[in-house]
Amino acid sequence: MAVLTEDQTMLRDMAQSWTDKESPVAAFRAVRDAAPPAGFDPAVWAEVGQMGWPGIVVPEADGGAGMGYLSLGLVLEQLGRTLTATPLAATAAAASAIAMGEDAEARAAWLPRIAAGEAIVALAVDEGPLHDPDALDTVVADGRLTGTKMFVAEGDGAQAFVVAAADGLYLVAGDAAVSRTPRRMADSRSHADVRFDAAPAVRLGDKALTAAICDRAAALVTAEMLGLAGQAFDDTNAYLKTRVQFGQPLSTFQALQHRMAKMFTELELMRSVVEGALEAIDAGRSDVAQAVSLAKAVGGETTKLVSREMVQLHGGIGMTDEHHAGFYLKRAAVLEAMWGNAAWHRDRFGRLAGY
Amino acid sequence: MATLAAPDAPADPLDAFRAEARAWLAANFPSALAHKDNAMSAVEGPGEETDDQRRWREAMGAKGWGVPTWPRDYGGGGLSRAEARVLAEEMARIGAWNPIGGMGVMMFGPTLLEYGSEAQKREHIPPIARGEIRWCQGYSEPGAGSDLANLQTFAEDCGDHYLVNGQKTWTSGGQWADKCFALVRTDRTRKHEGISFLLIDMDAPGVEVKPIRLISGASPFCETFFTDVKVPKENLVGREGEGWTIGKRLLQHERSSLSGGGSTGRLLAGTPLGEIAKRYRGVDAEGRLADADLRARLIRHDMDVRAFGLTLRRAALEAKASQGPSATSSIMKNVGARITQERAELAIEIMGMSGLGWEGEGFSEEELTQTRTWLWGKAVSIYGGSTEIQNNIVAKRILGMLDHQ
Repeated sequence: MAVLTEDQTMLRDMAQSWTDKESPVAAFRAVRDAAPPAGFDPAVWAEVGQMGWPGIVVPEADGGAGMGYLSLGLVLEQLGRTLTATPLAATAAAASAIAMGEDAEARAAWLPRIAAGEAIVALAVDEGPLHDPDALDTVVADGRLTGTKMFVAEGDGAQAFVVAAADGLYLVAGDAAVSRTPRRMADSRSHADVRFDAAPAVRLGDKALTAAICDRAAALVTAEMLGLAGQAFDDTNAYLKTRVQFGQPLSTFQALQHRMAKMFTELELMRSVVEGALEAIDAGRSDVAQAVSLAKAVGGETTKLVSREMVQLHGGIGMTDEHHAGFYLKRAAVLEAMWGNAAWHRDRFGRLAGY
Repeated sequence: MATLAAPDAPADPLDAFRAEARAWLAANFPSALAHKDNAMSAVEGPGEETDDQRRWREAMGAKGWGVPTWPRDYGGGGLSRAEARVLAEEMARIGAWNPIGGMGVMMFGPTLLEYGSEAQKREHIPPIARGEIRWCQGYSEPGAGSDLANLQTFAEDCGDHYLVNGQKTWTSGGQWADKCFALVRTDRTRKHEGISFLLIDMDAPGVEVKPIRLISGASPFCETFFTDVKVPKENLVGREGEGWTIGKRLLQHERSSLSGGGSTGRLLAGTPLGEIAKRYRGVDAEGRLADADLRARLIRHDMDVRAFGLTLRRAALEAKASQGPSATSSIMKNVGARITQERAELAIEIMGMSGLGWEGEGFSEEELTQTRTWLWGKAVSIYGGSTEIQNNIVAKRILGMLDHQ
């Protein structure tokens, strides 16, 4: 755990206590079963808004807390531990786009509402099943944006979209000329294909802004993965201590102990790279892209390792819908693919390192 | 990370020390030695010392800055950790290096400062601080490797002295050492509680040392035989039966020096493999390494190295902020070993057959070094508690997993 300020420690403790009490993994099961249209429980989102979390990365001048990405990461890590379904990460990345963008009216219109938890904004970049922000067909002519975005996280419930076109980043508000098609995916969260047909759009910035916002979205995903993988590991460790076979708790078997020690080791490395990426963003460092690729690739591999081992080490019970191991497995795989999988980030890391 | 910047930052209280260190180094470090590291090492013998090298060792020894944080009373520098960091920065700035090293500095000294009697500290610590005495470690035996507590070397109580009989192995630098800190058995009826921590002169009658030739061709380790060796009672550290506790404490110093210390620092600072690979293998039209499979594995390794560097930094920051002992320290040895070995494997793969040269004109110095580095590196996951033993420690002490019933 990074060295935290007093405010950050309070924030982390509050998030931990809230998820433990109000949003355990059973709450995610209830959302999965109820399948609300927006992909989350509106009452939960209202509580998240009251706690001020949507405003963590919104600048103070725009009605937010201006606490930064490491702080938001602390919250997302806790939400990730219990798979809490909210549009917090998507909205935060979109809020950064508006805050860093060049349109003062958009700032004034949207950021205070986002900070108050009154607006959900989604980030729409990719046009296919793989992250590829350099190959976009979406175009803007005379202030109207046309294109189709696929797998937009929280696209079902968003009131506005931050959309990447070939020449930069735009804000599209409202439903005029916007049509959505829900995607039912394994993680039971909101993903939608969104068609913009000459939708009125406000320009936020150029392709450099698109890249900066994709990095922020990816960094937030790694914070959720850190919580998810940490909890998957803790639950597996606890299970091995209770499950008895051959007259012994499974945790006495050295073959399993060494697999757990390996996972623990990888999780410690993962924490360092995730916090490193969030800190790089907060510090405005010039190597944010490298730090984020490091975090997404290393974090993705570790999340994959731990979530798959969770199912294997739980044995048959881990294969059942009754147990939550499958929830972790399915969400992990989606997070691994979002905003560039490990291979994509490794390639970018290599190019940035000059080989 | 959010930091709290004071509105009017006062002058750094370390500035005065920095000026002092800078002036002393300017007056005492022979500039001809810049970047020519010739530190005392546990696994290399004493080479011929030039006049400059001797002067530098004696200056640092007299100042106590070779062991900057040890107490001044015993010949150390008496510096705070923060001052020691400033000293290290100032030394790095001019290419100065610490001539005082080896097992006495890394492992034995800190342990004796903690557990030794006043007389033992007065006798043994100052010569270590001056770089005059080489220590070696008598722990492992032919039948006691990972199961170290199974050691059988026996110290028989003969009134005012012990009579020591037995065999130690993997004694690093035993052929050059003046003294040995050894774990010996003083009670055969109890396993861990029968072990004591004894200091033995390597030139005492009955001590015999035979170097072991390794797969790398080097002989950094020895077998050490003790036959009726008389050791005075005042050379017992702590009480009889306390050796396991003291010995384990010493291993913690060993582990932290193996992971966080010099070897990893050198690793992180070494020539990037990507550069070596571009030189040997060439690049494609986009400037990327031509061998895509090799490139992908180099990137994975590079990321592992960066993640390890960030974890070392995080552990240091957490320790500084006294959030209690960081759990990260326990995994460092294993990650350090895997990175060291993976780097060597990738390097010889990059060089192809040229990376496997043993000797002769047909290979560059870099290539010959790489072969030996690769072979020597296989020891890293075995010594100081093997990777498997470290995994046992993580599973049992941190994860609370249980012993087989």
